[in-house]
Amino acid sequence: MGEKVIYLDNAAATKLDEAVFEEMKSCFFEKYAVATSEFGYSQGIEAREILLKARTDLAACLGADPEEMVFTSGNAESGNLALKGVAGALGEKKGKHIIVSKIEDFPVLHSAKTLEKQGFKVDYLDVDEFGFIDMGQLEKRIGADTILVSVQHANQEIGTVQDIEKIGKLCRERDVLFHTDATHTFTRIPIDVNRVNADLVTISAHTIHGPKGIGGLYVRKGTPLMKLMDGGFQEFDHRGGIENIPGAVGFAKAARLVTPEENLYLQAMQKRITELVFERIPLVTLNGHPEKRIPQNANITFHHVEGESITLHLDMYGIAVSTGSACFSRSLEASHVMMAIGGDHERAHGSIRFSFGRFNSMEEVGFVVEKLEKIIENLRRISPLGKRGGN
Amino acid sequence: MPFPYNEIVLEHFKNPRNVGSIENPDGKATEGSPACGDMVSVYINVEPETKIITDIKFESYGCASNIATGSIITELAKGKTLEEAKHITWKEASEALGGLPPIKAHCSVLAVEGLRSAIQNYEEKHGLEINREPTTEEVVRKRLKRVMNPMKGLDMIATNLVKEIEIKDGSIRIVIDLPESHQFASTIREESKERLETLWDIKDVKIEFAG
Repeated sequence: MGEKVIYLDNAAATKLDEAVFEEMKSCFFEKYAVATSEFGYSQGIEAREILLKARTDLAACLGADPEEMVFTSGNAESGNLALKGVAGALGEKKGKHIIVSKIEDFPVLHSAKTLEKQGFKVDYLDVDEFGFIDMGQLEKRIGADTILVSVQHANQEIGTVQDIEKIGKLCRERDVLFHTDATHTFTRIPIDVNRVNADLVTISAHTIHGPKGIGGLYVRKGTPLMKLMDGGFQEFDHRGGIENIPGAVGFAKAARLVTPEENLYLQAMQKRITELVFERIPLVTLNGHPEKRIPQNANITFHHVEGESITLHLDMYGIAVSTGSACFSRSLEASHVMMAIGGDHERAHGSIRFSFGRFNSMEEVGFVVEKLEKIIENLRRISPLGKRGGN
Repeated sequence: MPFPYNEIVLEHFKNPRNVGSIENPDGKATEGSPACGDMVSVYINVEPETKIITDIKFESYGCASNIATGSIITELAKGKTLEEAKHITWKEASEALGGLPPIKAHCSVLAVEGLRSAIQNYEEKHGLEINREPTTEEVVRKRLKRVMNPMKGLDMIATNLVKEIEIKDGSIRIVIDLPESHQFASTIREESKERLETLWDIKDVKIEFAG
């Protein structure tokens, strides 16, 4: 067991950047007051201004106004608020039909399932082998009672980036609200909410070296949204409860720290690991689109071996990755994304996601592939698959 | 570092014993399928007089508990008689490994079933099975329930792949609802034959495709 840890699960959570922590510190020990109204006491007014600054910075990343940025506890809450909030506001007034893709992350997918139980009709859009939705199918499904289309910007597992501009345009033409989950693209791929015609956009700090427990939902002015968390009138009356100012400050700092150069480096690591794996290990398949993918994600299936066995071996070398295998998941179900792009269990079971972050290096990529080569060879030696010729 | 398994399990996972296959084994069986998630093949050689398992090998396509159980089960079975080996339970295997997470029971029970099926395969091939009931359509269906439909992740019966079953004068004829040229046709044919050929009163198994 090596001392060194190589963390390649940045899609799940990231190490907090120390600069983010430094920025947050004063909000705990000095500027800890609640954000008051503009008529409050001076500490409260200062807190209010700190919060507004963070809100303004984050909104600017999306080309939005500060009052359109609602802080939440993370992408899960944002997804819940987008779907259930619109459903609550428009369900009785306009209709009870919602459209989502089959490969949404759980906050959106499970919110849709909950709404289904409450009498909403939900269409789950198919995706092709790369994970792209079919615009024709979306067009056909939108009806007079459709109130919301929710299609992610990029996929959490296979990294495929949807053409949200096209989706947004169609939704706008058909007068349907459009939510996109940008948890895995925020600051990595530019989004302009006006260009995209998005009404709701989910973002989160935990994927960009910011703190856990803070996220955001962009809410276009005038978008009907039922409040889920009752409390005071915080967050433009979209979410009650005392504001998480340290979190908001950390989130804004984390967003400012991402540079185009960093994104290029992440992409270089992604390309390198894919290249090396394809060069050195036979019987592998790339999952997701080779080009239209987020810079920080590579997802590869190693055929004839099972993912949890791979991750455990890697773990013993101090390498952290994740897999779409059923054995790895809490539900013991194979990844719904992997099943949707191919319907093939074997492809899901042997799939490994490598997600890169600021603290990874090209040197680590080489080390990981070196270990992988050995691990896959050993596991294939004991696997009954692929020995009867073919398969 | 906190691993999800104990030291014994990890040791068997890292260095599994008796891995591989036996050429022309006296008995063999495969349980599970890539579609259902885990798969184990067990091969045995048996001393014909004493019915002692002299050699045993296994292969695994599975997670850590699957591999570790395959490894321990071969150690437990080697040198035992078929009768003794038959009665090795999942609980014993799990105890020998110092305990497995309960949620992983289904992955590891396959190895135990694999051993039992390999013994059954030996007994059937050598006319040793105790219950000699004539093969009926129900018996055939029961066996085909263990052949996976790779497209669905469920067995052939559950996915209605079997159109017709005919049993006559020691022959079984199965008609499968797939075109002969289908990518999985040969796998399904081979696995179905393997499951049925050892039935004591069956001399011939024909798998036909009509889809």
